[in-house]
Parts: sequence; structure tokens; C-alpha cells
Amino acid sequence: MYTEKVMDHFSNPRNMGEVEGANGVGMVGNAKCGDIMQMFLKISDDGIIEDVGFKTFGCGAAVATSSMATELIKGKSIDEALTLTNSAVVEALEGLPPAKLHCSVLAEEAVKAAIENYYARKEGRDVECTCADCGHDHEHEHGHDDESEEA
Amino acid sequence: MKRVYMDNAATTALKKEVLDAMMPYLTDIYGNPSSLHTFGQEAHKAVENARHQVAKALNAADDREIIFTGCGTESDNMVLLGIAQRYAKKGKHIITSAVEHHAVLYTCERLEKMGYEVTYLPVDEYGMVTAAQVSEAIRPDTILVSIMFGNNEVGTVMPIKRIGEVCREKGVFFHTDAVQAVGHVHIDVQDMNIDLLSLSAHKFHGPKGVGALYVKKGIVVPALLTGGAQERNKRAGTENVAGIVGLGKAIELACSDIDESSARMTHLRDKLMTGIAGSIPEVKLNGHPTERLPGNVNFSIKYIEGESILLMLDINGIAASSGSACTSGSLDPSHVLLAMGLPHEIAHGSLRLTLGDDTTEEEVDYVLEVLPKVVERLRKMSPLYKG
Repeated sequence: MYTEKVMDHFSNPRNMGEVEGANGVGMVGNAKCGDIMQMFLKISDDGIIEDVGFKTFGCGAAVATSSMATELIKGKSIDEALTLTNSAVVEALEGLPPAKLHCSVLAEEAVKAAIENYYARKEGRDVECTCADCGHDHEHEHGHDDESEEA
Repeated sequence: MKRVYMDNAATTALKKEVLDAMMPYLTDIYGNPSSLHTFGQEAHKAVENARHQVAKALNAADDREIIFTGCGTESDNMVLLGIAQRYAKKGKHIITSAVEHHAVLYTCERLEKMGYEVTYLPVDEYGMVTAAQVSEAIRPDTILVSIMFGNNEVGTVMPIKRIGEVCREKGVFFHTDAVQAVGHVHIDVQDMNIDLLSLSAHKFHGPKGVGALYVKKGIVVPALLTGGAQERNKRAGTENVAGIVGLGKAIELACSDIDESSARMTHLRDKLMTGIAGSIPEVKLNGHPTERLPGNVNFSIKYIEGESILLMLDINGIAASSGSACTSGSLDPSHVLLAMGLPHEIAHGSLRLTLGDDTTEEEVDYVLEVLPKVVERLRKMSPLYKG
């Protein structure tokens, strides 16, 4: 069902875990739907993603797409990271089953949410909720303790 | 690498004795049971012998109460669609439970579209339906009650005998989908007031592609498949002779030592349940703690998702199953876990381990050694886990 590349990233995830001194943190998805991705970015003054980390609650594809997304943006500029698409993540993983494509979308959104959070902090704006709507009719149940503590 | 199969509710390994019994019917004895000549009559004899083995295992009053089908799903479809059609004049109301297999639930949905009314009885936190609930739901126009014997996901065993009593008192036919129970728990259709019962061979170490339906004498279930006169006009199509022989042999073997094998499996099941509850924090047992199938263990493991657990176990050689959305092929997790009142996020993290006749204590120990490490690893990855 999964490609070797997906299984490789699932069993040996790259850049897993929180990043010390992260200045951009985004979380997308919802536990009710079965996947949540949290992305941590440490962005330098000249806008380069120096370090990146992720934490994911979800299936094999959710873990693998998170892991691959971190590899694709590490060391890149913000502008380059913003051009990351879900299909680039899928391609790098050598394909995903159709039912799992939404995981790659979530990975793209997680990166964007973290960058948005970086800008929001920089500009001193309120940190907005970046939860993606997964189509279920429900309240968002998870908190944003991490962001508020660090903000 | 070590390989441990803990998904016996999905299917079981074919027993050597069963294969040996089937072999002649895949080779030398190839006649069509409907044929008059000796080739055919040899095959016919084998089918009738298997029918007797099934009737005996269920304590049916007459061999002719057994109809061979292609699978458990076909048996369920045949009962629901057949009874609905045949007894529509009496009424168009059917009672079932919210935790049935999809072979029953989706067929009920079909019937609803055809103008029938279906009551889906809710279950308690253990996935249990009571006889009192059934009794209250029965109306003058109720034609069938269909409640599963043992649940395929959480293993809860329903109070079948009491439900059967209620149905008999009120004169309503009682069907039970016993696919997960046959060969694992003691079943007596006469003592338990069961009118119709579905079973499938590959759930008790028989071959895939063959099932059976018990229909108590006097009840008419019209054929789903029409054509030839096989199965006394109840199921057209040339018999799967080798499969039927395998079913007969497998049910005979499973039921000959059912008390011992059930006790042995229950011991391993309880060891696995206690071990998981003792070594992994924040887990919840799904299903009834004692009224459950001897081979079923089902836990929700908080903060992690089912498919990830399965993949990680598979990497370690362990085959298991889950009720998460990712493994159900839809957005929602298992309808059984949701019906039991589990929140979505807890249902996504369910793990089912099901034992078979060949499961060893050593295999249980191996799972107990691997699973806590897998859970710890995935929890470290989870943004929900703050431990």
C-alpha cells in the first residue's frame, strides 16, 4: 500500500520533535479526524529556515509527509518554503494512496501555518488559530499552550 | 524475523487436517454433486456428510436445516432480504443493533430504501444489547430480530439465549450473525432459541469462500441466487464441494474440544489484557471485561493513531488490526466504538489483537514486549502527548 520511501520516513522520521528556540510554530488538523501536525521552525534574521521539527498524531502517511516536508524546507528561505506544495511532498515520497493525499495537504498547511505564526510574532500580532477545517462539524478541542507560552 | 499473527478475527490459518480432508475433492473426486453418476454421487455424499457435521456442531434438529453459502455475508444477506420479502405481509419492521457487521447493517439500509423500517438498538459502554431492549422494541409488525452473537471488533458476547427467549415468546424470528462465535464458544441453536444463524468457515481454521446458514424447520427463506436446484432450491449454483468438506471438518474439529480450547485461549487473552493494562499507561479496554470472545483483545491507546500502531507492529512482525478511520477507509473511525460512546479521538487509537487455536504463550509474551516500546515511540512523536 505504501512506497518504500513512505515506509522509510515513517520508520525513521527526519527532524522529529520540538525545536529549541523555535520562532514559528503551527498546528493543523484535528484529533477528531485522526490527524494533527505540529511544525516548529527556527528562522534566522535573514529569513533562512535554520532548523525545523515536527510532531504528528496520525497514520503512516501523516508521519511520512510531515517528515518529508521538514526535509524539503530545511535550509531554505521563507520564500522558497512558501512555494512548497502538497504534490511536491507526494512526489518526493514516490507516491501516496489516493485516500492518503489529504495528509500531504496537511503537511503543506502545517509549514504555512508555522511561517504565518513566525510573521505574526514578528509583527506582534495576536497569534491566530491555525487549525485546518477537516469538514467535520465540531469544536476545536486542542489548546495552543505551546504558542502562547513562547509568544 | 519473528512473525506473530494476532488477527484471527480477520481470518484464521487453514488447519492441516482440514486441508487433508479437502484434498481429494480438489483432485480425484471432481464430480458435480447434482450428477446422477458415481462421480457425482461421491461428491454429493461428501456434501451431505459436511451438512451433518455442521448440524451436529450447532445441535440442529435436522441436517436439512443447514444451507451452504459462499460466505458469512451471503448468509446475512439471505436472511435479511429473504425474510423481509417472504413475511412482508405480516409487517415491515426489523430490529437489529448499532454494532452489527456491515453485512447486516448495509443490508438493513438497503431494506430501508425498499420501504422497510429498521430499529437499530443502541448499546451500552461495553457494546452490549439486553433482552429487555429487544422486548421493548418488538411491535406487532416486527418480522425479524437480528443480533450478532459475538462482536467482531470488541469481542462482546450478547445475551443470545435470553434474546432468543424474548423473540420466541413474542413470535418473532430471531437471527444471529455468529460468524465470530462459531467454533469458539458453545452454541446450541435449540437450547438458545435461535431460528436463523450465519457462520463462515475461515473464522475457525476452515477455508475461505464458504459459509452456511442455519434455518429452523418451518421458516421459509427464499433463495437469493436462482438457477439450479442445489441446496434444495435454496441456493442455486454448483456447490463448492472441497470448501464445504473443509467447513464440515473444521467445525467438527473446533467443536470437538471447544471447552479446552476456549479455556486455553481465554487464559492467553487475559494474560494479554492484564499485561497491556499493566505496562502501558492511559489505555482503555474496549468491550466487556468478561462476557467476551475467548480470542479478542481490544484497547484504545490514547494520544496515538491506530494505523501507525499497526505499521509499527508490522515492522516488528506482529499482525494486528484497528478501528481507526485510516484503516476503515472512511473519515470516521469504527461504528462499533462510536456506538459504545467513545469519542472520535479515542476511537482512532484502537488496537485489536485476536488470538487463534495456534497462538502460543511465547507469542503473547513477544507482543507484551514489543507493544509498550511501539506505543512509547509513537507517543514521543505525538503533539497530544505531554507525558
